[in-house]
Amino acid sequence: MSWEIVVGLEIHAQLATKSKIFSGASTQYGAAPNSQASLVDLGYPGVLPVLNGDCVAMAVKFGLATGCTIARRSVFARKNYFYPDLPKGYQISQYELPIVHGGRVEIVLDDGSTKTVRITRAHLEEDAGKSLHEDFAGMSGIDLNRAGTGLLEIVSEPDLRGAAEAGAYMRKIHALVRYLEICDGNMQEGSFRCDANVSVRRVGEAKLGIRAELKNLNSFRFVEKAIEIEAARQIEIIEGGGKVRQETRLYDPDRDETRPMRSKEEANDYRYFPDPDLLPVVIDDALIAGIESTLPELPDEKRARFTEQYGLSAYDAGVLTAQRTLAEYFELVAVKTRAAPKVAANWVMGELTAALNRDGLEIGAARVAAPALAGLLDKIEGGTISGKIAKEVFEALWAGEGTVEEIIAKRGLVQISDSSAIDAFVDQVIAANPAQVEQFRAGKQQVLGFLVGQVMKASKGKANPQQVNEALRKRLPMR
Amino acid sequence: MHTRTLAQLVQDLRARRVSATELTQHFLGRIERFAPALNAFVTVTAEQALAQAATADRRLAAGDAPPLAGVPIAHKDIFCTAGVKTSCGSKMLDNFVAPYDATVVERLAAAGAVMLGKTNMDEFAMGSSSETSYYGPVKNPWDHSLVPGGSSGGSAAAVAARLAPAATGTDTGGSIRQPAALSGITGLKPTYGRVSRYGMIAFASSLDHGGVLAQTAEDCALVLEAMAGFDARDSTSLDEPVPPYGKLVNERWDGVTIGVPESFFDDGLEPGTAAAVRAALEDLAKAGAKLKSVELPNMHMSVPAYYVVAPAEASSNLSRYDGIRFGYRSPNADGEDLLTFYMRSRGEGFGAEVKRRILTGTYVLSAGYFDAYYLKAQRVRKLIADDFARAFRECDIVAGPTVPSPAFRIGDKTDDPVQMYLNDIYTIGADLAGLPAISVPCGLVRGLPVGLHLVSPPLTETKLLKTAHYYQRATDWHTRVPAAAEYAR
Repeated sequence: MSWEIVVGLEIHAQLATKSKIFSGASTQYGAAPNSQASLVDLGYPGVLPVLNGDCVAMAVKFGLATGCTIARRSVFARKNYFYPDLPKGYQISQYELPIVHGGRVEIVLDDGSTKTVRITRAHLEEDAGKSLHEDFAGMSGIDLNRAGTGLLEIVSEPDLRGAAEAGAYMRKIHALVRYLEICDGNMQEGSFRCDANVSVRRVGEAKLGIRAELKNLNSFRFVEKAIEIEAARQIEIIEGGGKVRQETRLYDPDRDETRPMRSKEEANDYRYFPDPDLLPVVIDDALIAGIESTLPELPDEKRARFTEQYGLSAYDAGVLTAQRTLAEYFELVAVKTRAAPKVAANWVMGELTAALNRDGLEIGAARVAAPALAGLLDKIEGGTISGKIAKEVFEALWAGEGTVEEIIAKRGLVQISDSSAIDAFVDQVIAANPAQVEQFRAGKQQVLGFLVGQVMKASKGKANPQQVNEALRKRLPMR
Repeated sequence: MHTRTLAQLVQDLRARRVSATELTQHFLGRIERFAPALNAFVTVTAEQALAQAATADRRLAAGDAPPLAGVPIAHKDIFCTAGVKTSCGSKMLDNFVAPYDATVVERLAAAGAVMLGKTNMDEFAMGSSSETSYYGPVKNPWDHSLVPGGSSGGSAAAVAARLAPAATGTDTGGSIRQPAALSGITGLKPTYGRVSRYGMIAFASSLDHGGVLAQTAEDCALVLEAMAGFDARDSTSLDEPVPPYGKLVNERWDGVTIGVPESFFDDGLEPGTAAAVRAALEDLAKAGAKLKSVELPNMHMSVPAYYVVAPAEASSNLSRYDGIRFGYRSPNADGEDLLTFYMRSRGEGFGAEVKRRILTGTYVLSAGYFDAYYLKAQRVRKLIADDFARAFRECDIVAGPTVPSPAFRIGDKTDDPVQMYLNDIYTIGADLAGLPAISVPCGLVRGLPVGLHLVSPPLTETKLLKTAHYYQRATDWHTRVPAAAEYAR
């Protein structure tokens, strides 16, 4: 009997505004506890929230990028519950009337096909603070720096089938919010996290199964693992004749299991009602048009253009457009260099990405700027250096040893294209490897690679490999 | 000196007939003498007041004094005052020293007013008698066995006993106008949003109005002018210019059409009060006002609608008092779990009436009851606002009694919340509709003051104040001072 896993995600994207959604306090991460909490964030008597217009603009931006309807009028509501890191005893959120609703994004599945995932709604709300249960023997610490930071909660329809699709969707939204520059996407700092609603049903069944809500998943891998584990748990229950309970569960990555949250944490009647301290958010056509004009080229559009304009494969275009800054870097290289776009793509996805990953850097902090890489590729194209030497030059560039020209000159890396010099190396190698020479001449083609390698080694990598190849074939005609 | 109106004192100070320091000392002396028996103040800020007065004197001497320079006032203890305890009449905030000034406090200080202290009030402004205060009941200067009305009872008693020329107040269901009426003074509640709510501790956000209690409408106009206006820190404040109310009230009054809802004069209205209000309307007619019968058919639903909406908002607004960051924390919750911590801190920190409203509000917002109570009450609210709008097509001002009867005895209604709530039956409508309204003294019934209530369309405070001012120029009820403790001397 085969099962279908049904998933819907609620993604919380922290909005990349300088100040909080209802106060002027900074949103900077990592400050000393409670140093970035104003009286409004602390919920002091008498203070009032004032909406940060940048949050509205960012939500509209997201709505436009996902084909959502922008609500001309949306309303903030209070979600009431008691918790020490929720200073007012209520969270200001949007409930019945969210700022945007009814959109969609396309995701690419493992088999290369695409799938549309519907977005139910996205609404604005404020984040809570943090409770710190360690480090305070027998007590809890409360840090309200995060309290009041603006969030966009993006709710999908239960359109996702299984962990892989959920992961692809989450990555897609992640790429999108970073493209739009409305969220920094930093998952370690909790700027981008999600809850997953997971249920299972037998294939062919139309009715949705009973779902469990997995809370606070803060990495792509955890989302995928948590969904797999939870689906397996539900299938086991049903196959054992039991029933799945609708409940909120937590994923424990250390033990790789999900377990129910304590009932006290979930048994809440939130008593939503419109927040009387805030006016409805009214958005007119002019505001929408203004925001629309600032929309960047979106990932899907960019990917399509890259395949068409640069002749890249769908895969390469997908990798390069996953991040706006990476795409921009690639495009700068591709435009500037005389080398083929495919070569530029290989270098950006290969050497550059590897170096970034090795040093834990974002593309914006790359130590080789796009024009420098374009210049380096030109040297290969022009035959000044070989591809192999270029890798050495790239590392030297990365280490800050100078310009491409300076490094090539300083290290004496100019490719040897002088045929008499190459012939000298070839003679030397033929003399030193009689056995291999004999094998090659007897018809063992593969040995040529070895001989070329020896010549390259003898020339310290500087010989033009194409010429070496030709010289060897000329000197060793096959019998 | 203390029987002079605020408008007269402004003139006296400008003409240097009296200094701000002398005036402040005089009122501080009266507060010391009379306030304890009345229980009108929670905190007296003598030192700070004298410092403010000295500054005012310097500026008056230099000739660059702001409009209210040197005028002593009191603030209801619901307005946050930097460095001064702001209790809201509650044990919950007995230890709370506000770290900032409310906009109202800031603006009045900028206008040169001198703060004498913070006045007693019903706990979190929940009450119509000033009996629910953690600091004990406020007494009515006309008779110490009676309530002064509430929730701004401390402010009303202070002005009635001439312990301050004016005091700020807040009005959510009648909390300025009802105590003004029961204490024989003038109380103005402006249009919703006219006065910033920033720093005014919230009871029911959509109904809370900052306002003023003083001897006369002219005094109210001068204080309103200083405290009103747009405030970017309050999203519900109105971005409308503030007219020079103090000057405008003295301009020619061309008469108005006054609508009188006959339904207000039914059996629920005490006959003496009814007669006094009728007489006042006749006085206005003689002065040139046109009287006209109007209908407010949905007004009978105002009290029930109010007692759904106000507690609903209050239950949420008061959630922040959890004993964690400020305010009362139960000493009996150490080592207990979180729920016990909350229950003890809130259970011990709040008084009975506050708890009653939190419970009511929590109930009406809960799943399954929200539509039947909260949504329905909001629809009633709309009907009441529509009633007024319709009436204002036929008249400029709707008039009637402020309170159904004169002041009642302390303790008389504490066991019967519904009877207590009905004291606000005539005032709640203007709160639900956010309309400007004023209560002016219009007679004495068995030696106790009663009030005439005037309501006008949004942002027509000028017309409202002019009418009240004109009435007060023709009558002298507002000059009557309680004899009980020889407050006049």
